Amino acid sequence: MTSEKEVVVEISQLHKSFGSFTALNNVSLEVKKGERIVICGPSGSGKSTLIRCINRLEVPDKGRIVVDGVTLSDDVKAIEGIRRNVGMVFQQFNLFPHLTVLENCTLAQIWVAKKSKAAAEKTAEHYLERVHIPEQMHKYPGQLSGGQQQRVAIARALCMEPKVMLYDEPTSALDPEMISEVLDVMVEFADTMTTVCVTHEMGFARKVADCMIFMDAGQIVESSDPATFFTNPKSERTKLFLSQILEH
Amino acid sequence: MKNWLKDLRYWLQENLFFSYKNSILSVVAGLFLFWLAYQLVNWFFLQAVWVGTIEDCRIHQEGACWPFVQVRISQFLYGFYPSEERWRVNIILFIFFAGIGLLVYERTPYRGKIVFFMLCVFPLLSWLVLRGGILWLTDVPTGRWGGFMLTLVLASVSIVSSLPLGILLALGRRANSLPFVKAFCVVFIEFWRGVPVITVLFATAFMLPLFLPASVNFDQLLRAMVGFILFSSAYMAEIVRGGLEGLQRGQYEASDALGMSYWQSRTRVILPQALKLMIPGILLTIIGLFKDTTLVLIIGLLDFLGMIQAGIADPRWGSPNVPFTGYAFAAIVYFCFCYSMSIYARYIEHKFSEGRERR
Repeated sequence: MTSEKEVVVEISQLHKSFGSFTALNNVSLEVKKGERIVICGPSGSGKSTLIRCINRLEVPDKGRIVVDGVTLSDDVKAIEGIRRNVGMVFQQFNLFPHLTVLENCTLAQIWVAKKSKAAAEKTAEHYLERVHIPEQMHKYPGQLSGGQQQRVAIARALCMEPKVMLYDEPTSALDPEMISEVLDVMVEFADTMTTVCVTHEMGFARKVADCMIFMDAGQIVESSDPATFFTNPKSERTKLFLSQILEH
Repeated sequence: MKNWLKDLRYWLQENLFFSYKNSILSVVAGLFLFWLAYQLVNWFFLQAVWVGTIEDCRIHQEGACWPFVQVRISQFLYGFYPSEERWRVNIILFIFFAGIGLLVYERTPYRGKIVFFMLCVFPLLSWLVLRGGILWLTDVPTGRWGGFMLTLVLASVSIVSSLPLGILLALGRRANSLPFVKAFCVVFIEFWRGVPVITVLFATAFMLPLFLPASVNFDQLLRAMVGFILFSSAYMAEIVRGGLEGLQRGQYEASDALGMSYWQSRTRVILPQALKLMIPGILLTIIGLFKDTTLVLIIGLLDFLGMIQAGIADPRWGSPNVPFTGYAFAAIVYFCFCYSMSIYARYIEHKFSEGRERR
């Protein structure tokens, strides 16, 4: 990653607390075009809060976030515009249970991106094929397995052709045997997509990450390339975390 | 045949006679039900006077007095609506029930257009036709409306208007980013929920004119309707709020994350799901409202039950079995309407969940 690449997400001095609990404490981060960042850390370290601030599902108390040249503020139209360009995949999938898989993928295309139904369906079919579930198109989410649902959720986000993809612990709610089918799909798309992913799947991180970030107690403790991160971490806290998670 | 008997015997053993105590209870309850059914059939049919005059009813007091209903039925239906103009009511009733019938049947073509007609055009049309005073239609003031027709007018207008109002109020109550809207909705809902419906009717009927200039004098029936709509929309709002809160936060977040606007997410994602959760509550309110319309009695409008009561009070029909007959008739009609609504609601609820959940 060279520094002259365009910066897609710029976060500076972000603070966020929930009551007396400090979730983010002066966090700054830059995501460049095409970069793949994996964030890990113990639970409660603020990693989910950080990526949820990028599309303003959480409103930070202090700090500045610029996404694709637009500074996030309370301006609803600007927020909607940014969300259109930022895809998100949730831990709990959050598919719309009253719509079929296909409708889940076309809904935002039709209403947000104002595409025709036919064009939206074509895009949806394309991405559903790429996540390997075109045959489930007319089923409802409740009829699919967890792994299939998460792949639909990935396709739904990709259908909007976002500039950045955010993954918020995408495999944490899955049964172990379904984790790899979701990770495989994520690896496939990571090549062509700016990605920020919160996960504990270190195999995935090794495979795709350009940059590893370790967070603890609301701060970025360590940020380095994967080779250094896994073999020679600087901080003791990172070493301890890695030993716990890798030995397991 | 043998199998069938065996099944029955098995079922009886499992459910009614599986222990000593259980058997006693079953026998006692069975005898009681049998006795009750016999009494009802006896009173309603076997001992009832079917044709004749009040004299026959006075002689045979041990059963229902159906001639009372036969003689009065047109008043029960139309109130004091002039008899030569009742064809207008019939036309409107016909369209009303035909429209509902077409909408309940799912393969009706142009359902969307029918819905639009029934919700937007039909209420106006009914008002013009029933009220008259335009074209060659003579003027029939709402004071002469009554009976079942009045019940239907009041109930359907209140039901149809209170749902959208209730949805707006519920959304407003949850709008944390708009403190004034939120405060208004909270006050509105809590006020109307905290006031008995009779008070609301009194207030709209007798107090509203005091606040308005004398030249503004709108119809008694309209005032009652406004009262019912305000009252029931507050109840609807709380039911809708329950449905909205029953949804996972993830649904809001997922639609937000896709860039959907507030109204897009509400109409496409949130409400369609919340509606399913709300059906039992909505039905409860609708049925309550349907029966509550009877309270217009206290502001001088005679709905279905009001007309029946007026009939009972007629001294020419003085006989002990007449009041029972009148009330029994009212109960049967109300029951048929409310029960069919509840069957339809259950069907809709079932249909919504069909195929969408893993079983």
